[in-house]
Amino acid sequence: MKDWSSELAQQTPDPLQHTFTLTRRDIFKLVGAGLVVCAASDLSALQRGGMSDRGEEGASDISSWIHIAPDNNVTVFTGKAEMGQNIRTSLTQQVAEELRVPVDSIKMVMADTSRTPFDMGTFGSRTTPQMGTQLRTVSAAARDILLDMAAERLNAQRSQLVAADGSITDTANHHSVRYGDLLHGQQIAKVIPDDPTLESPTKWQVAGTPVPKVDRLDFVTGKHQYTSDMSRPGMLYGKILRPSAFHATLTSLDSKEASAVPGVKVIHDGDFVGVAAPDVTTAASAMGKLKAQWNAPQQISEKDLYEYIRTHPAEAEQHAGGEGGGQSRAHEKGSPDGAFASAPKKIQATYTVAYIQHAPLEPRAALAEWNGNKLTVWTGTQRPFAVRDELVKAFHLPEDNVHVIVPDTGSAYGGKHTGEAAVECARLAKAAGKPVKLQWTREEEFTWAYFRPAGVIDVKAAADADGKLASWEFHNYNSGPAAINTLYDVANQRVQYHPTQNPPLRQGSYRALAATANHFARESAIDELAHILNMDPLEFRLKNLSDERLRDVFQKAAERFGWGKQKPGADHGFGIAGGFDKGGYVAACAEVAVDRNTRGVRIVRAVEAWDCGPVVNPNGLQNQIQGAIMMGLGGALFEDVHFADGKVLNPHFAQYRVPRFRDMPKIEVELIDRKDVKPFGAGEIPIVGISPAVANAIFQACGQRLRSMPMVPKGLPSA
Amino acid sequence: MPQLTLEVNGTPHHVSVADEEMLLYVLRDRLNLTGTKYGCGEGQCGACTVLIDGRPTRSCQMRAQSVAGHKITTIEGIGTEERLHPVQQAFVAEEAYQCSYCTPGMIMSAVGLLASNPKPSDEEIIRGMNGNVCRCGTYPRILAAIRRAAEGGAR
Repeated sequence: MKDWSSELAQQTPDPLQHTFTLTRRDIFKLVGAGLVVCAASDLSALQRGGMSDRGEEGASDISSWIHIAPDNNVTVFTGKAEMGQNIRTSLTQQVAEELRVPVDSIKMVMADTSRTPFDMGTFGSRTTPQMGTQLRTVSAAARDILLDMAAERLNAQRSQLVAADGSITDTANHHSVRYGDLLHGQQIAKVIPDDPTLESPTKWQVAGTPVPKVDRLDFVTGKHQYTSDMSRPGMLYGKILRPSAFHATLTSLDSKEASAVPGVKVIHDGDFVGVAAPDVTTAASAMGKLKAQWNAPQQISEKDLYEYIRTHPAEAEQHAGGEGGGQSRAHEKGSPDGAFASAPKKIQATYTVAYIQHAPLEPRAALAEWNGNKLTVWTGTQRPFAVRDELVKAFHLPEDNVHVIVPDTGSAYGGKHTGEAAVECARLAKAAGKPVKLQWTREEEFTWAYFRPAGVIDVKAAADADGKLASWEFHNYNSGPAAINTLYDVANQRVQYHPTQNPPLRQGSYRALAATANHFARESAIDELAHILNMDPLEFRLKNLSDERLRDVFQKAAERFGWGKQKPGADHGFGIAGGFDKGGYVAACAEVAVDRNTRGVRIVRAVEAWDCGPVVNPNGLQNQIQGAIMMGLGGALFEDVHFADGKVLNPHFAQYRVPRFRDMPKIEVELIDRKDVKPFGAGEIPIVGISPAVANAIFQACGQRLRSMPMVPKGLPSA
Repeated sequence: MPQLTLEVNGTPHHVSVADEEMLLYVLRDRLNLTGTKYGCGEGQCGACTVLIDGRPTRSCQMRAQSVAGHKITTIEGIGTEERLHPVQQAFVAEEAYQCSYCTPGMIMSAVGLLASNPKPSDEEIIRGMNGNVCRCGTYPRILAAIRRAAEGGAR
């Protein structure tokens, strides 16, 4: 597995260090009497004594905890955030499984900086392998404690006790006691190491099943409150005046007319200008009355993007062998140059990926409320503790004075790591002396949120005449090092990531990071080699692939698709691609149809095989994979941010095309439920297979090799 | 501020609104009916869909003053947790959501679609729903849910 610090470095600059301290008193103030079991992410917390031995002493490095109340209700505290990936349900299932309680007796408290333990953030497909495993561990430990207590209470042999449905029963005499009754009036706390001996997934009864989304009724009735739906007494609505271009500075502001609008407050602090008003419409109208002049520097435009990326290496460029987003990562073995020169079959190609936007349907939103010098902010973010730190810095507050709460959020896809709306909104609320809510407009979300990095990828690859890979050289400029290494067996290789100095747009995380770009280039190049070798693309892959699980997803996808069983119809093509990252194995087959008159491309069918170990919720997982295919085909076919001189030129859904019902292929997903390995996440990597599978299918359909994502923003390019 | 009477979910509401205020903001910020979402403010994503006299309408593009005297129906008006509307039931049955931010708009568009065409073909569903964006890409399940509701005779 990839180094964890490298993952974080790719996600966000400047990670900060934190210590979580929560005393035993704090905990019981939050939850009342009962049993609390905490997971410590390292054993030093235990060695220092932790809560169970030293009473009031803070326990560092607590990363999640559960509470069982005298009324048998269970509350789980985790810093992870729900934004559509279904972890509120899948984590509930895992607690229910190990604790032996009904799913509906469990409440999850998530992503709240005052109530949940510190968490780095919800990204990198870490929730299932890390938090899921941890919660199973604390739940199993809690069950053990309850079994000990029940043995004493029932005067029974522990081996005869069975825990089920929130009770413990002595199988010898059928005497039974509820968990809550064992705990009555007591406050018991225990810290355990994050080092489990867990029930094998083969014995799962609740985990591993399609438990429906726990808050489904709130969602279908419109009752769920996203950040943007919340309100506080006396609340005002905010709007921010955006600069004329990126990096622009304010040279003059005339706010007289805007300030004269009844109820409107104009806030001007340096380059920050915003308004707060009693309603959104008045806020927008007041903002329209502001007269501002900006001074914007000249900036790189879209037409120069790829040239710029390739020719402006970051200063850390020469640092070979390093890990992480800000540094070059070089990997070399054998003699790629010599092997390439002497091999009989070779290709050399350049691939590009454009800047794209996450475009979460709920644009960034925050609601801020001050109480003296204490600040509470509700906001949809993947990193509540990092947003708290942004607020601490922005307002020079002690950490304890800032409370960030994340309501389940209207999606993020890696796009909500930061707290722009939170900081802006808190500034407005401070000046207005009232709570303020701010929701970005769609145009702001398209312009002022960060972008998935654009990139240029150069590939040189060669094979022997019999189809064995002989050399592999792969350079990624700017888009990122995620999943950059080849998965194929090749003795001679050079793989390097080249970060760009001052990239033209503000860039950051995106679902699967650069794994999408790197898979697009790698799996397209492999296809190109297969064609010049005159080999079937699946056969060529399998000939050079020894990883059993990867071979398996390729074979399963091919079988389900009917690969090699039939030829595509006229103007149709089949393509295959696959790969691995973050514990997930994926292979995709696509059928496309091209229209030679309109030059349109339609994806007819997409089949994906997926293996991330034991499946926690098969229905939720299917949903994630189907969604990743839909989202992935947007970036593959038509999503593209147009920009010039510091301005985004297509900041609207009418101009930036996202996948819609009309774009939906027939989608089939084959889940490989592998019970003998550890579980991994699936929020990201199912997205990486679709774009190269489509590229390869387009080539078969019409003979055009498309090496730039998006491939057909205006239909097939002229041949 | 203009004063209006709006009939929402069968109940008349007397409200003061700002000049040019769109129905979306009246529903959300003055009547606290927050199931109707802001997604783009440009009529391009369908998150704000409500029914006006039974027809699916983008509330972000509709001035509140222009719908006085018409029947407005929002997600809060079609079913309750205890008695879901058949389209809501179908969304639950198919798990036709991920982050669910688009869900109220999808459901309202589907209710309107089925009212005018109770037995739509897949092609008709796709055409009728193409203006609603689900960025999580839950389209296959939403299609299945609408099909399911149609088969069960949703009204």
